[in-house]
Amino acid sequence: MPAAVSSGGSFQEPEGPPGAGSTLSAEDREVVERLRAGDERTFLATVEKNHRSMVRVAMGYVPSEAVAEEVVQEAWVGILQGLDKFEGRCPLRAWMFRILVNCAKMRGGREARSVPFSALETEDAEGERRPVESFRPPDDPRWPGHWAQGPERWTDERLADAQALVRIKAEIEKLPPNQRQVITLRDIEDWDSSEVCEALGISEANQRVLLHRARTKVRQALAGWAAEVAP
Amino acid sequence: MSVARPQDIVCKELVELLTDFLEQHLVWCPGCSEYLRQFRATIGATRKLAEEDLPEGVKENLLDAFRHWRHGS
Repeated sequence: MPAAVSSGGSFQEPEGPPGAGSTLSAEDREVVERLRAGDERTFLATVEKNHRSMVRVAMGYVPSEAVAEEVVQEAWVGILQGLDKFEGRCPLRAWMFRILVNCAKMRGGREARSVPFSALETEDAEGERRPVESFRPPDDPRWPGHWAQGPERWTDERLADAQALVRIKAEIEKLPPNQRQVITLRDIEDWDSSEVCEALGISEANQRVLLHRARTKVRQALAGWAAEVAP
Repeated sequence: MSVARPQDIVCKELVELLTDFLEQHLVWCPGCSEYLRQFRATIGATRKLAEEDLPEGVKENLLDAFRHWRHGS
């Protein structure tokens, strides 16, 4: 039986005759066929759509963004080399990200198991304001645990400012790697939770906790930013 | 051995109560209403990162790899 191992990583698809277990969407099938035929425009569109998120996910395993970029380049080569053997038993992007995660883990192991630099950066950058919101203490006589000072209002027009996006991006880059991976795939890429769990090998419950923490921090950063720029 | 679960309610009841509970709270709590609104707005704004430009040279390098793969292998 031929083993469906891509030369770019140790990813192995479930075994079976080619095509028999394919559950690919029509869109994925078309993309795969065009890529196999060497269609450059389809390739560039696929890169455009996935590359940034691949880098953010890879950064969960390696010590720097530069290394993550290299890992993603490596992963693309692995994806291309594995493409002819891809049997379509899972969505194309899930397959691509599994190759990526394999490459990143292998590289992460080689990079002396250092802690990703982002995990160390929990301090706020100088000058960044924290939002003033706070809760009443648990022994408050009337409203224990309720807002002492509620979140400052911001208008959604403020979020349309390009600086808001810069702040979101910076906050996501500061998150612990596993939170960053989950928020990247869920909120930037719009994956559903089961796909994320499969790609990252985590449980549903874990995924929810990581997503919630990540969103909470991004909202807090935005609240701080909104307060800074408030008229 | 069975574990006693005092005042347990069935899931069917809980999901009904959830909306009620949440909405009742939000009606009188401006702090949490604003928080929820901001939480949702944050998720919407985060999605815009999907449209960011790629770093210089990435596409060119990968296109080279793609051409190499098609013709070389």
